[in-house]
Amino acid sequence: MELLLQAFSWLLTPESWTQQGGALQRLFEHLGVTIGVVALSAGIALPLGVMIGHTRRWTTAVALLAGAARAIPTLGLLTLLGLALGIGLGAPVLALLVLAAPPLLAGAYAGVQAVDPEAVDGARSVGMSEAEIIRSVELPLALPVIVGGIRSATLQVVATATLAAYTSDTGLGRYIFSGLKSRDYPELIAGSLLVIALALLLDGSFALLMKSRSRAPRSDRQTTTIPLERNPS
Amino acid sequence: MKWLNQNVGSLLELTVAHLALAVPAILLSLVIAVPIGWTAQRLRWARDPALALVGVLYAIPSLPLFVLVPVVLGIGIRSSANAIIVLTVYATAIMVRSAADAFSSVPLEARMSATAIGYSTWHRFWSVDLPLAIPVMLAGLRVVVVSTVSLVTVGSVIGIPSLGTLFTDGFQRGIVAEVAAGLIVTVLIALVLDGICILAGRALTPWARAAEAR
Amino acid sequence: MIEFDRVTKRYADGSPAVADVSFTVPSHKTVVLVGSSGSGKTTLLRMVNRMVDPTSGRVLIDDVDVTTMDPVRLRRSIGYVLQSGGLLPHRTVVENIAIVPRLNGATRPDARERALTMLDTVGLDRDLASRFPAQLSGGQQQRVGVARALASDPNILLMDEPFGAVDPIVRRSLQHELRELQRTLGKTILFVTHDIDEALALADEIIIVAAHGAIAQRGTPTEILTRPANAFVAEFVGVDRPERRLRLADAAGVEVVTDASGRPIGTLER
Repeated sequence: MELLLQAFSWLLTPESWTQQGGALQRLFEHLGVTIGVVALSAGIALPLGVMIGHTRRWTTAVALLAGAARAIPTLGLLTLLGLALGIGLGAPVLALLVLAAPPLLAGAYAGVQAVDPEAVDGARSVGMSEAEIIRSVELPLALPVIVGGIRSATLQVVATATLAAYTSDTGLGRYIFSGLKSRDYPELIAGSLLVIALALLLDGSFALLMKSRSRAPRSDRQTTTIPLERNPS
Repeated sequence: MKWLNQNVGSLLELTVAHLALAVPAILLSLVIAVPIGWTAQRLRWARDPALALVGVLYAIPSLPLFVLVPVVLGIGIRSSANAIIVLTVYATAIMVRSAADAFSSVPLEARMSATAIGYSTWHRFWSVDLPLAIPVMLAGLRVVVVSTVSLVTVGSVIGIPSLGTLFTDGFQRGIVAEVAAGLIVTVLIALVLDGICILAGRALTPWARAAEAR
Repeated sequence: MIEFDRVTKRYADGSPAVADVSFTVPSHKTVVLVGSSGSGKTTLLRMVNRMVDPTSGRVLIDDVDVTTMDPVRLRRSIGYVLQSGGLLPHRTVVENIAIVPRLNGATRPDARERALTMLDTVGLDRDLASRFPAQLSGGQQQRVGVARALASDPNILLMDEPFGAVDPIVRRSLQHELRELQRTLGKTILFVTHDIDEALALADEIIIVAAHGAIAQRGTPTEILTRPANAFVAEFVGVDRPERRLRLADAAGVEVVTDASGRPIGTLER
């Protein structure tokens, strides 16, 4: 408990935040890496996932892949890439990209695949092109699941970005590793608390986003002009 | 290969250490989550808050938790107890949701008829609710098994020995074979334990296959 | 004898499911409660084995108030058949039937022997004994449900729309078998259905239930059909439906019974 108090007093000291390489800088690094990696990974994985969901091909392979990815220890991947690429941001970013892909891919393909095939058939029957079907039927209906995938990926990356400090000198994880090495426990604990706070903040933001969205889609669903007699589900 | 030949002994030792952390955490999570999941399913109002709470737990990154748990509980940071507690937290977070889903998946008809026949609540839990919840619960357990086996390795960066030690040691000494061996054996353990779960599930739910065969 | 003495059941919000209902089920008779869904007939049935306790009033079995009995023991002494059998999906046919004898303390071999005998009673092949419910047809599941309810030889049998989930042809043969069974067993049966034809086929006495368990009419099938007490009953029984208004016609010397629109139903034997 004594240590916890010291950690809080470290957090309440302005210099801890503002100095060169201080908490503020590390926080932004951490957040920047997280957002950058998720955005980059999403740029590749989401279109791929939507295509897979739309064509309904390779879905079993993707499901297996996403499941198998869970078995790969992140630290192992990180250190292996660290040895291959050397010290620096390259290895952790590559590792994070690989880790973010499965939840993004799974969210996209599962979301699109779960769209009622009758709705898609109905859209096709009134003469929508495949691109129009994806854009105005499948994507709006799949959005909650896709956002769920982005949420998982973000949490995965923000947590693993802490480990990234093991092979490169970036982000809040640095406090943990340097604190462990120099036995500076207040800094170690303060760093841990900051990572937890950041993760919960991101998770909370997603929860709010999904909540505000989940009220809207009801009306979205009505406005997607699907000329089908369907019971409201 | 050369590294492997010279280090079979330590590889085995670390594998055993790895299992000694993962298996207790997995079993503990089952013991904790099943009663919570069952209660959440019976008390409607308790379900959402309980699931929200485990959702928050699950969002906490693991490395900071490895640091904070010993501070709060006053145990050694490099102790097995620390690793098992942290792993149990995550495993339970997954398992509570899965158990709650599993108990709601038990057909109302079966529960009702068990009551009508004259099962007491306690008796019904053991001979109707629990067996019929196995298939859904097993899906959750498989996720728990695979993710726990992988998560154990994180403890190595704060000095808790496991196959993860091969990552930190191999990285510091620049031995690719050591890291690769750690990766492969960790994944293998996950696959083997997953396989055991599947086989145990089959043995415990003969009726599920009978229903499929029809 | 089962006696309902001014029973009322209110939901948590205070609205009544069943309001001030009294009637009796004589021993060794089949009484059928028939009414539309939401009329409270299932609630009444469940008061007998205390799956529902009345808010006020009493349910008596042979003059003993059921609320004075332990619910678990009470349920083990009463046979109960649910819609689609209510079989436990993870137990085999023979295990399902043996459950109540086992709960009542029979040894495993005795309970099993009893269960196999019950299979004979309800006309099922003993080869089915080791199957799981999902491997049976709807009609077979239903028979197993009846066998299970009869396995510990209860005096009372409660049946809650037991044949509701099977197709009409199977339903008719199950009704026929139940009638045959009842002729030899002479149980006290309280049967719930929304199907008036099922009630006419099975009942010694029919009780037509309107909203909140209110009894619109009680009588033998013949009385209900020939002298409906009011417009509600007449409508419910469908006394004006073509198939209830039979006529005689002559077809080349054979007397043919037709419905009101002239469709043939059968021939007349004198």
